[in-house]
Amino acid sequence: MSGPMLQTGSATEAKQWIDMYRRMIAIRMFEERVNELYTQALMPGLAHLYIGEEAVAVGVCQALRTDDYITSTHRGHGHCLAKGARPDLMFAELLGKAVGYCKGKGGSMHIADPDTGNLGANAIVGGSGGIATGAAFAAKYLGNGRVTVCFFGDGAVAQGLLYEAMNLAQLWKLPVIYLCENNLYSEYTPNTECFAGNILDRPAAVGMLAESVDGQNVRAVYEVAKRLVERARRGEGPAFLLCNTYRYRGHHVGDINREYYRGKNEEQHWMSERDPIKSHGAWLLAQGFADANQLSRIEAEVKNEMDKAVKFATDAPYPTLDQVEDDIYA
Amino acid sequence: MPDAIATTTRELTYGEAVKEAIAEEMRRDSRVFLIGEDVAEAGTAFRVLSGLVDEFGTGRVVDTPISEPGFTGLAVGAAMAGLRPIADIMFGDFLTLVMDQMVNQAAKIHYMSGGKWKVPMVLRTTLGAGRRSAAQHSQSLHAWLAHIPGLKVVLPSTPYDAKGLIKAAVRDENPVVVFEDKMMYRVKGPVPEEEYVLPLGVADIKRPGSDITIVATSSMVPVALGAADTLEKAGISAEVIDPRTIWPLDEKTLIESASKTSRVIVVDEGYARYGVTAEIASVIAEGAFFNLEAPVRRIGAMHVPIPFSPPLEDLTIPSEKAIVEAAQELCGK
Repeated sequence: MSGPMLQTGSATEAKQWIDMYRRMIAIRMFEERVNELYTQALMPGLAHLYIGEEAVAVGVCQALRTDDYITSTHRGHGHCLAKGARPDLMFAELLGKAVGYCKGKGGSMHIADPDTGNLGANAIVGGSGGIATGAAFAAKYLGNGRVTVCFFGDGAVAQGLLYEAMNLAQLWKLPVIYLCENNLYSEYTPNTECFAGNILDRPAAVGMLAESVDGQNVRAVYEVAKRLVERARRGEGPAFLLCNTYRYRGHHVGDINREYYRGKNEEQHWMSERDPIKSHGAWLLAQGFADANQLSRIEAEVKNEMDKAVKFATDAPYPTLDQVEDDIYA
Repeated sequence: MPDAIATTTRELTYGEAVKEAIAEEMRRDSRVFLIGEDVAEAGTAFRVLSGLVDEFGTGRVVDTPISEPGFTGLAVGAAMAGLRPIADIMFGDFLTLVMDQMVNQAAKIHYMSGGKWKVPMVLRTTLGAGRRSAAQHSQSLHAWLAHIPGLKVVLPSTPYDAKGLIKAAVRDENPVVVFEDKMMYRVKGPVPEEEYVLPLGVADIKRPGSDITIVATSSMVPVALGAADTLEKAGISAEVIDPRTIWPLDEKTLIESASKTSRVIVVDEGYARYGVTAEIASVIAEGAFFNLEAPVRRIGAMHVPIPFSPPLEDLTIPSEKAIVEAAQELCGK
């Protein structure tokens, strides 16, 4: 994997690829802890796991500056972590604790963090299409060079707001990337039953540059995202990037019996043949960027970090009841 | 006009006052911009904003396609990312199209983010029937927005109030929805030359009186004032109060007036059922019950879709006559 944007052969390059490996492991382990907390009834609410899709968030966010914006989705933990959120403050938010990213007011589906440019996860499918486009409008208006990535799933392809937003972005050449994570299922329904035609024909209808990429290959995602993001930053307009990926788990943690909408063989195939972490690890070894000990050490370090983060969140206090009416108005 | 400060005053139309407020705020703060359908060269369907594009250019007076959810969502994101958008929804009826952006997004972002993000935007739209525009261009849907925590809802009833309240709305750190009475754009009234801003959440006593309180909003303020003139001739002194913002709501002024006069009519052009009149009547009943001589009376639009045919449409809108009759009945005169 080489391209003009990569510092090929350097220690910097090795560090970058290893760092992306670490981030993918962090998302996987974060989500596995979420699953444990949820199934042990320690986490209230809903949990939509990102397991299997890690390369998309990591590859895309690696191409962004800290002050670039993202909007995220109900399946958003991966985006938030990849953009730089701290696992301890995220777990605290997921458990409804006062020290969480949103003081416990938002929960799993609404992590937001101005410090990392995260405009917020949105629990209305496709609901952030306007917000992301508006952030890009502001960046252009203010001339601050920021790019916005609007993450959404294939389920959002059937929502109308997205098309209005894409039309405006293309008309006004706004620096925004519409990032479709096609994990093949809209909740419990195969997406073949959800939209007619091809996804990429939709951005094409407004004349928007549209590309697709193997969402299980973090390097491929990074390379194309980097190119589209820098293009947008130069003022050359928005783009649509379709990342083909797979949701290993159910729509949410409670979605256990999935045979009525997809078979176990299909899931097994993606997990054994298309896993983004395994394949990137194998590539790092094959290229000599890392050895097996190093990868194990990363795993151990991330595990330790997650242990601490969960403990931090578990021990943290809930908000006091007098906070219920705080922050309704600024 | 108790708010008026001693100053040089001229007559402006309601529409001119709206435009002057926006122009002043755009001159004061380069982050303020206008966005909506036909806001630039056309100056809106009601010609309220004519000329602004000449001063501020198309970069700050932004014409959009017919795409209310798209540009309202864009305004929400632009507000989060450092701008102060004023989005223009031509007819209040089209609020149905942007309810997700206003209710699920704009209203909740500050709270859901634990106070980290804010959405300082203004959504301007219209209310009111009477233009023979039928059921999809005539509704008064302000109660819907006032129902939602996180939004503020402003209903100016005079050129003076329109200017001062819109300036406050632009400076507010929250999403504020301003409803303008589309029948009022050409109505003239005094507006000082000097700059002023009216705080949100402060009612205005449009006419003092002692026998009965008429709480009226927006388009119903002139109707209530007309009724008060008629009532005066019949020996009934009516106090007309305009809350000016239905959220925040100046409950104190309403309750004080009700306690003083002991009789209250609440009139608003929205539907009475589950509407603004219901809320205000409830606030007064709870706050002034032991000083009331009669049940609080509500007058709102008839509970029908607004019909096209002129005699039918006129029947649905609260009238001066209805207010006068209700007042006479309540006062026993």
